[in-house]
Amino acid sequence: MSDITIYIKDREGVNHKLLAPTDMSMNIMELCKAYELPVEGTCGGMALCASCQCYVQSSHVLSPMTDDEDAMLSEAFFVEENSRLGCQLNLEESMDGLKLELAPEN
Amino acid sequence: MITTDILIIGAGPTGLFTVFEAGLLKLRCHLIDALPQPGGQCSELYPKKPIYDIPGCPEILAGDLTKNLLKQSEQFQPTFTLGERADTLDKQEDGTFIVTTNKGTKHQAKIVVIAGGLGSFEPRKPPLENISDYEETGIDYFIKDPEKYRDKKVVLAGGGDSALDWSIFLADIASELTLVHRRNEFRGALDSVEKVRELTASGKIRVTTPAEVVGLEGDQKLTGINIKTADGIYTQSTDYFIPLFGLSPKLGPLTEWGLELEKNAIKVNTFDYQTNIPGVYAIGDINTYPGKLKLILCGFHEATLMCQSAFQIINPGKRNVLKYTTVSGIDGFDGSRKEAPKAVVQAINQ
Repeated sequence: MSDITIYIKDREGVNHKLLAPTDMSMNIMELCKAYELPVEGTCGGMALCASCQCYVQSSHVLSPMTDDEDAMLSEAFFVEENSRLGCQLNLEESMDGLKLELAPEN
Repeated sequence: MITTDILIIGAGPTGLFTVFEAGLLKLRCHLIDALPQPGGQCSELYPKKPIYDIPGCPEILAGDLTKNLLKQSEQFQPTFTLGERADTLDKQEDGTFIVTTNKGTKHQAKIVVIAGGLGSFEPRKPPLENISDYEETGIDYFIKDPEKYRDKKVVLAGGGDSALDWSIFLADIASELTLVHRRNEFRGALDSVEKVRELTASGKIRVTTPAEVVGLEGDQKLTGINIKTADGIYTQSTDYFIPLFGLSPKLGPLTEWGLELEKNAIKVNTFDYQTNIPGVYAIGDINTYPGKLKLILCGFHEATLMCQSAFQIINPGKRNVLKYTTVSGIDGFDGSRKEAPKAVVQAINQ
């Protein structure tokens, strides 16, 4: 499996081009941590804290939201139509070129 | 003043296991935690979720791990200050430390161990511009005394169990109760949802969904809130607004204690997990060092090494050697003794 490229805009507006492996069962929250971007991932990836909330800025078709993610986003702050939890977006080849922006800290 | 040998800040898995390791060295522990119950994240965030990487436990629920750790440390009679946050650390002339909580409870010990995970759990505050202006005069994040709301207009916000449970509880107390949630669906126990539905039908609760509180109004005191729905924004008068959006951990006051910090964690050496303040240790998810992994099992290891070092500070010059529980058994502070059963020796040649 090949690496893909993910673009992340951080909270200061700086763009980061991240090379992301698709064979390590990683998600967007973990990818951000691996590159030391300021994503806390407090709950470790259980869709329980929304510290990895991000806005999807490209037209990629992503995995549908689970009930857990939907419920967490219903209580998180700064939620927009294009909000997702990074921890629920597992890296897949179809995500190559995905553009995301980190939401403000809750 | 509460006095002990080792004062542990944080009653999560690492803090609880410290009690056991300290007990083997005949050292007593007291724990402080901002949450009302021990267990830390395991109890607060994910008690019903399984953990698969505790050595020797192929699968254990986080809540059960907490129960087991409490049971394992029970014989060493740990004491607790729960529901209070450790706010200040003061070194005394005699070398001991005094830790004072936000409620003024004072604790004295020679050794302070910070096992605070990601920090103390604080309510998640909605990002409303002037919210701090009303924190004493109309905004509450916890419900401590329900009688305060008798015959008052109250608005609750949130979609989880606590928003539902408190709506049910306050329905008979408040003169007017509104529950605001961003979605039509609530994430709570089914019977709570059903009960809220009944109370809504009987006019005791007004449920406003999908909607969001987007602004606060008042002078000295909160008098109203702005609610945004699909139809626009309107103002509703209220005496109290209670946002119940769960808790999130904050490193909080210990950032002012003179500890060396790096990326929201406390720097320690890997010899004994002591911080830059001699006698103050940091173990578990709250510390950092080259190669650090935030795992419960690493916290257990750090707790074990830390206790050996603390023993030397508490008992300078006293000789001690590592004991194996299988060989030596365990003598509890409660007078209990656990030991391997003695084998019966029988002669073969009579």
